[in-house]
Amino acid sequence: MGQMQTLSRRAFVFGSAAVAGGIAFGAYSRAEAAAPGDDGNPLAAGLGPNSVTFNPWVEISPDKITLIAQHADIGQGVGSVQPIMIAEEMDLDPGQFEVRFADPSPAYFNTGFADEFAPFVAADQSPAAEEARAATLEWLRKSGLQMTGGSSTIPDTYQKLRVAGAVARETLKAAAAKRSGIAMADLRTQSGHVILPNGTKIAYVALAAEASKIPPVLDAQPRDPSKWRMLGKPMMRLDVRAKVMGELKFGIDLKTDGMLYASVKLNPNKGQPLKSYDASKAQSMPGVRKILEIKNGVAVIATNSWYAMKAVDAIACEWAPSAYPAEQADHWKVLESSFKPEFLGKEWRKIGDVDAGLKTGKLVEAEYRAPYVAHQPLEPLNGIGLVTDKGMEIWVGHQSPRFVQWVAATAIGLKPEQVTFHNQWTGGSFGHRLEYENVRVLAEIANQMKGTPIKLVFSREEDFLQDIPRQIAIARHRGSVDRSKIVAADLQLASTTPLKGLLERSGTPSKDPDGQLAAGLWNVYYDIPNFRATSYEAQGLSPSTTWRSVGASTSGFFTESFIDELIHAAGLDPMQARIAMCTVPHYRKVLETVAEMSDWKGPLGNGRGRGVAFVESFGTPTAEVVEVTATDRGIRIDKVWVAVDVGKVVDPVNFENQVQGGVVWGLGHAINCELTYANGAVQQTNYNHHEAMRIYQCPVIEVRGLENDPKVRGVGEPPVPPAAPALANAIFAATGKRIREMPFNKFIDFV
Amino acid sequence: MIELTVNGIKHRVDVVPEMPLLWVLRDELGITSPKYGCGVAQCGACTVHIDGKAVRSCQAHIGEVAGKSVVTLEGLHNKDQHPVLQAWIAHQVPQCGYCQTGQIMQAISLLASIPKPTDEQINQVMSGNLCRCGTYPRIRAAIHAAAANKMAEK
Repeated sequence: MGQMQTLSRRAFVFGSAAVAGGIAFGAYSRAEAAAPGDDGNPLAAGLGPNSVTFNPWVEISPDKITLIAQHADIGQGVGSVQPIMIAEEMDLDPGQFEVRFADPSPAYFNTGFADEFAPFVAADQSPAAEEARAATLEWLRKSGLQMTGGSSTIPDTYQKLRVAGAVARETLKAAAAKRSGIAMADLRTQSGHVILPNGTKIAYVALAAEASKIPPVLDAQPRDPSKWRMLGKPMMRLDVRAKVMGELKFGIDLKTDGMLYASVKLNPNKGQPLKSYDASKAQSMPGVRKILEIKNGVAVIATNSWYAMKAVDAIACEWAPSAYPAEQADHWKVLESSFKPEFLGKEWRKIGDVDAGLKTGKLVEAEYRAPYVAHQPLEPLNGIGLVTDKGMEIWVGHQSPRFVQWVAATAIGLKPEQVTFHNQWTGGSFGHRLEYENVRVLAEIANQMKGTPIKLVFSREEDFLQDIPRQIAIARHRGSVDRSKIVAADLQLASTTPLKGLLERSGTPSKDPDGQLAAGLWNVYYDIPNFRATSYEAQGLSPSTTWRSVGASTSGFFTESFIDELIHAAGLDPMQARIAMCTVPHYRKVLETVAEMSDWKGPLGNGRGRGVAFVESFGTPTAEVVEVTATDRGIRIDKVWVAVDVGKVVDPVNFENQVQGGVVWGLGHAINCELTYANGAVQQTNYNHHEAMRIYQCPVIEVRGLENDPKVRGVGEPPVPPAAPALANAIFAATGKRIREMPFNKFIDFV
Repeated sequence: MIELTVNGIKHRVDVVPEMPLLWVLRDELGITSPKYGCGVAQCGACTVHIDGKAVRSCQAHIGEVAGKSVVTLEGLHNKDQHPVLQAWIAHQVPQCGYCQTGQIMQAISLLASIPKPTDEQINQVMSGNLCRCGTYPRIRAAIHAAAANKMAEK
């Protein structure tokens, strides 16, 4: 962790220092990243007798084969596709291996962040851009940044896990060759066995001891995708059956001997301490064992979660006031006054002469707003903690294993290595399980209850109150059109900083501009001769964090709504104009595909309307068309078409499910969700205040995956950003009403 | 002591009668397919069957459930061949899966009263079950498929 902290600043200054200084790290190659970090293979330490591990992802004992999922499963299906990528190469079938989540280790550093962290837009494949990405990769390797997020699981693991599987397969063949005296070239593998020319089968598990005594075949290469048995084809996610049968245990379902239950009431003025409390009423309530004071609130220990929740609810607390404005209106005022040089984040991109361009033709100006929004996965924050004289053990679903160690240890005066972390299947995240509210208070509680395992469950209300929200933002965009062409766009936004906030709370603060405020703002691929993208970072507002698609969740709405306004001002068709302006050929293809899917032929009339939006986020270009009807009961969303280019679709059924889910997420929150502060606390504390989409509003969503991008990309987040602007643009087409602020139900009714 | 029958098995629990059935199932009996999502009947993740009807177990006080027959997903009859569970698997409905046990219990109840529901009827009955991952298109498809399979069996 020490090294991670000292290195953290470097990651975000590559654009200026490392690259400009001409540091070259050679050819950029994902395969290179398959080598373990400085600490070597973390599986080696825990290996039983006669067992073998070839790399941090494969472990074989005489009894079983275990494949390691390094990225956390937050519902996006990576607890399945990661081991299947290994199994594909090892010739293993589902059912022949167990899956275990990775322990904290720098060996599991995320190579997939190299593209997102390097300061170049995704479509830029120039040598300078690739050099910066290679340099970022080296930093990631050194820092050991182990994190799930940023739609990076597939980009990170696509190559390295298939290499890991290939190495395992070839080494097992080498062991069988040694045993049988038959040349490796004459051996093949199938269904968990090495097969000799005479048909004799040797199970992998029977080769474990011998394989551990020979050097691994490190030059093994993964197979060509044309040879795939499972990947790229419709396949069953490994977790589906257990989830449907109710057999899968989420973190919240775990139980240990002697365990007691805890619930908390924490200062809703986020980050502020408890001043005083009165627990006289709670003390005598049923099931209550103990009442504890912790740094920012109180906890009740009881014999049942419900007893703990009821009792903690009965404690009267006096809180220290918020460090941010107590009332929502003042949050907006701070944002409004943040478009000033002293709050400049960065001028991310400048093309041509923007000021001159804005004076040409017709000027269009618009202001957009996006509120704080909650994550609120359906499984509330929870965890089990046990503190003993040796250290702490924690069972919790989280996206950043090493940061969990650091946060828990720091809370109770331990060293990170004294915290043993067991990752869990989680009931969703959307960015929530990158934060630490449950981890920190669980450490404090378990530390006061030494020797007793404590299961902490946040009530839904507490979860809402402590949810560090999506950034709030205002955009002030200006542009001009002349002779049916957009001649200038000057995109400016003021926002709170999601990534910077997360990094600070993770113990790795950065002073550099928040790169997520560039997402959706600077990566605009339209031929606009005079273009500028600038971010301002508002100070002193609510802490903010990463929410599914992060910066692009707000900027995508601002940018693609404004582009639509400019296209309208130019008198052009929203789809044809985007296609004509798109400068990246395979991105243009994404737009053309969605036009073809939706049979786009211009205005529909009769109260019906279509909107289109195109956003590249996390390297994945995504275009969506939303069709709505203005009915007498409000706007009804009839259908959505989505085209996404991920370079390679590795898990097609899950791919479709992720894209549809992303669209539902984007639409639902744009329609009816916001968090607002009053007296320093958010006013929305359950789903009736923050509903998002239910099934009755869900349209038919048609999805097509394209494979033209030169790199393999992720898809968990990219379908989110185009949903809101495509809907707003559709409402404009149907009604003539331009909605410039989320949630839209403040301005128009929905069926 | 309060006596209740869950999945055909009689249990006696020592809790206050106001305790919601959900927390008796989860923390006292270790039956975890009913999930805690909201505690106020807004999400449907805790849905179980009481005397054959879909009920939000976070709203049913244990004192009132005494003597009634509670069925959770764990206790479904003929679970491995159940047409709704089979359809849920075939359509790979779950993402995180946390809401799905509640969705399934609600869908079984829907199909018991309306064997071949329209999209509109599905919307009406299933709208109390929230899915944050957005699996609604697949929930719809799985319910239609389960309905078709049940029809075919008859």
